Amino acid sequence: MWDWEFTISILPLLLEGLKITLIATFLAFGFAVVVGLLLAIASRSSVKILSLPVKAFIEFVRSTPLLAQLFFIFYVFPKFGLVLTPLVAGVLGLGLHYSTYLSEVYRSGIDSIPRGQWEAAKALNFSKARTWISIIIPQAVPPIIPVMGNYLIGMFKDTPLLSAITLVEVLQTAKIIGAQSFRYLEPITMVGVIFLILSYVSSLGVQWLELRLNQR
Amino acid sequence: MPFLLKGVVVTIELTVMAAILAFLMAFIAGFARLSKFAIVRGITQIYVEIFRGTSLLVQLFWVYFVLPFFGIELSAMMTGVLVLGLNYGAYASEVIRSSILAIPKGQTEAGIALNMSPSLIMKRIILPQAMLIMLPPLGNYLIELIKSTALVSLITLHDLMFCGTMINNVTMRTIEVYSLVLIIYFLLAYPLTLAIRRLEKRLSAGRL
Repeated sequence: MWDWEFTISILPLLLEGLKITLIATFLAFGFAVVVGLLLAIASRSSVKILSLPVKAFIEFVRSTPLLAQLFFIFYVFPKFGLVLTPLVAGVLGLGLHYSTYLSEVYRSGIDSIPRGQWEAAKALNFSKARTWISIIIPQAVPPIIPVMGNYLIGMFKDTPLLSAITLVEVLQTAKIIGAQSFRYLEPITMVGVIFLILSYVSSLGVQWLELRLNQR
Repeated sequence: MPFLLKGVVVTIELTVMAAILAFLMAFIAGFARLSKFAIVRGITQIYVEIFRGTSLLVQLFWVYFVLPFFGIELSAMMTGVLVLGLNYGAYASEVIRSSILAIPKGQTEAGIALNMSPSLIMKRIILPQAMLIMLPPLGNYLIELIKSTALVSLITLHDLMFCGTMINNVTMRTIEVYSLVLIIYFLLAYPLTLAIRRLEKRLSAGRL
């Protein structure tokens, strides 16, 4: 049933696909980390015209499936003249989807900062931007790093969705191998094993990080 | 539009069935993780880790494309229900386990002092309290589940997402079709989000 020689012969191809998966994951995570923070700050703004649309956007993105969003970005944007490659569309979709989740994480981090910190900044005549950059963010971010790590793992597990918009990542590679050789057993099982190993190792990493941050 | 609604029906059916299976699995696995037998704990932990560690889409493909090689052929619907149910069951079992563990030990001891049997303690003392803790996170997983059903379109099940793609292929009215699909999903999931938020508020009132 299980053919080891075949398994080994397809491994290089799968690893090639894995590279795309990892690139997409990290690019999207970087995007989500930045945009998530911006969304979190914007949704706290006292300017209603800014904060309300941002809140509505967050609710909408969180309540619809990532797959539907990916299709929307990949197939609808070109109608407005914005043609994206599968990788760019995938990173944008994945990054935007998770940025709304991360914005909630940031919010919890920001909420946990005592009021006195804001008041102290005001008493010292800090500008808004300076309050955020040198008082709030440096205190809000470290406690939420493990949560962000968990989201990174979650994103990694969601990248196979990008195969639906024709990005040739690891699962799509396995499917192509399967279609060519009529053997789905080895390629898809190997993809599962790869995911299991990587996400298990990284979840151990997150646990370790959590332990270390708790010690301080 | 009627065609899309047919897809909505499939999506809802799938969600309900998968949710029932997930709920059962979550309870079984959640209790099994607390078993006194190491072997039961071990097997459940392997189940949970495998389903949490691999991607949902990979699992769907595996069941749909690989299992037929072992002579097990499942329809797309069966595959969807099975995989979504087992996957979310694994996630939710952690919720069940942690909420049972969150009940203070004194409660169990009080039950023992009253000469209650272990199953009675579980039924009358632990579970009613643990239920309150576990409801909001379980509700959040239900919303996640609705959104994840979109993935089954990739194994050719005719759900909302699949119908949307098919209509798009025929009519080429990409903007309308995909916008409508997004809006329908939003209408399915958002009322639940609001309901769970209200529930959370009501449950925590006077408790925390």
